[in-house]
Amino acid sequence: MTLRSTLRYVLGRLAGAAVLLVVYSFGIYSLLALAPGDPVRLLLGNLPATPETMDAIRARYNLDDPFFVQYWNWLTDALHLDLGQSVLTGQDVSSAIMERAGVTVQLGLLTFLITMGLGIPLGMLAGLRRGRFADRLVSQLAMFSVSAPSFAVGILLIIVFAGQLNWLPSIGAGEGGADRFRHLVLPAVALSTATIALVVRYTRTAVIEVAGQDYIIAARARGVKPSRLLFNYVLRNSLVPVITAAGVVLSFVMVGAVVVEATFALPGLGSLLVSAVQQKDLPIVQGVTLVIAATVFLINLVTDLAYLAVDPRIAVDGASR
Amino acid sequence: MSIETTAGTEAPAPLAFRAARRRRRRLPSIAVLLSIAYLACIVVAGVFGPLLVPHANVQSLTDGLQGMSSQHWLGTDDLGRDIFERVVLGARTALYGPLLIALGAFVIGCVLGLTAGYVGGIPGGIIMRWVDLMYALPGVLVAIVAIGVLGGGYWVAVAVIMILSAPYDTRLVRAVTIEQKGRPYVEAARTLGMSRSRVMFRHLLPNVLPLAVSQAFLSFAFALINLSALSFLGLGSTPGSADWGTMLAESQASLLDNPLIAIGPALAIIFAAVSVNVLGDYVFDRLSTKEGRND
Repeated sequence: MTLRSTLRYVLGRLAGAAVLLVVYSFGIYSLLALAPGDPVRLLLGNLPATPETMDAIRARYNLDDPFFVQYWNWLTDALHLDLGQSVLTGQDVSSAIMERAGVTVQLGLLTFLITMGLGIPLGMLAGLRRGRFADRLVSQLAMFSVSAPSFAVGILLIIVFAGQLNWLPSIGAGEGGADRFRHLVLPAVALSTATIALVVRYTRTAVIEVAGQDYIIAARARGVKPSRLLFNYVLRNSLVPVITAAGVVLSFVMVGAVVVEATFALPGLGSLLVSAVQQKDLPIVQGVTLVIAATVFLINLVTDLAYLAVDPRIAVDGASR
Repeated sequence: MSIETTAGTEAPAPLAFRAARRRRRRLPSIAVLLSIAYLACIVVAGVFGPLLVPHANVQSLTDGLQGMSSQHWLGTDDLGRDIFERVVLGARTALYGPLLIALGAFVIGCVLGLTAGYVGGIPGGIIMRWVDLMYALPGVLVAIVAIGVLGGGYWVAVAVIMILSAPYDTRLVRAVTIEQKGRPYVEAARTLGMSRSRVMFRHLLPNVLPLAVSQAFLSFAFALINLSALSFLGLGSTPGSADWGTMLAESQASLLDNPLIAIGPALAIIFAAVSVNVLGDYVFDRLSTKEGRND
């Protein structure tokens, strides 16, 4: 019974993610048809528009086939990691993505560490001291930071820490370990302003809810030591919903990186996407959006499954829905 | 009848007393008053901007990159334009677009949410599948790509962000509708033989409004941030225009020569977004006195 409902839940989530990816990729592919202008000319880029080159483009991208056949061919190629070539440079889209992904992943990880490292303790502090000064301060700060757009914060950080204090480099990604780290600190801080607030809110609510449970009162009545009560009873149980927050943070970071990378001129996936959009380099746009979206869907899927592993009751509820 | 008054009329006296005291304690705080003041400035600047600062876009290359002075409160940019005046002028795009988005998403959300919640069935199912799909999509990414590829512009960005925020309103309105649907007043209206649309828009809607209105503040803040982000990436307002996002993007060349070029619009955006959220939070607190809400 439990195994069956668990299995049904997992399969349901997998199917959901697959459907989402198909719908989404169809939307991405349709961009080519929706974009103003002749697709052939769009895909020609800098090549001279002779009949030969135009025929070659048509043959390469199967543009004479019916739309759904074109889409199917594009999708199967994409699943084989062949996303076409950049219109402007002729580089393989998948190799361009591989080149740029490193910076984005490093930025994402650093942001994630900052977010969780600050967000969870601050949220716990606010939750445990609910209504007191510390809670009000943290909650007000969270309200402030969730509203502040990352690019505006980023530019203010550049002015203060790179311009006035001259502590950290302003733009670029740097070379090698330590230098790369120094270059990624400011972007990661800018990106984590919004996500920290999110984690603070999730953790605060979770701590307040757990601290009011009967088993906490019972444990306190039994004389369980306060430190043990905090770490083994409150913290462990309140971390369950924080897993959801972690998933939200990761997918937010993947998307938010687009704007932050443009702010700090980091050579990552986001700035690749932005420059491709500005230059109408469609194969790159399609490839990068597909990769980012697939990553976001994957993160959401893993979050759902991690949640299931921590709290198996979800499957029963989920199946009865 | 409304969510608001149930606590006052039905609860026993001590509870009502406590509710009244709690409400009195929630008089607008200093943060709320500051937010209202700042937003009022934005509204005035947005509506009357070109009259207040008619020379905001006049270039004067000999006066470039000046610091603060009594003549130029925030100094001048690389083209000699007064930064403060351009920030005032920028209130226009920070006001109209987000306002339109919040209103549009509010209307779409109310119509679709009431339908999905009250009528249900196949239309409700279709609406909710659409909402689920939009929730799963990375919204900002969709906006960047759609606007970039379809050919951008401020109003295209407004339309795209409106479509992206409507699902949030829809889901909220649907949830409240389902909660209200079982109440006696709805049944009474139905028993009297009123049409479905009359029950929905005359009877359910007023009770859905409080939450939908506080959601509209969230939509406004969401729209403000994303519109300026798009302008920052060069996909919203036309280059060179006095939009806070555009100004920030164009400040990057002379950022370290005169930081005021960026500090002005950056603080303008941050304060605007914070003010809208603070005010939205306050409105939400005032309008929803649902029992059991504990913070």
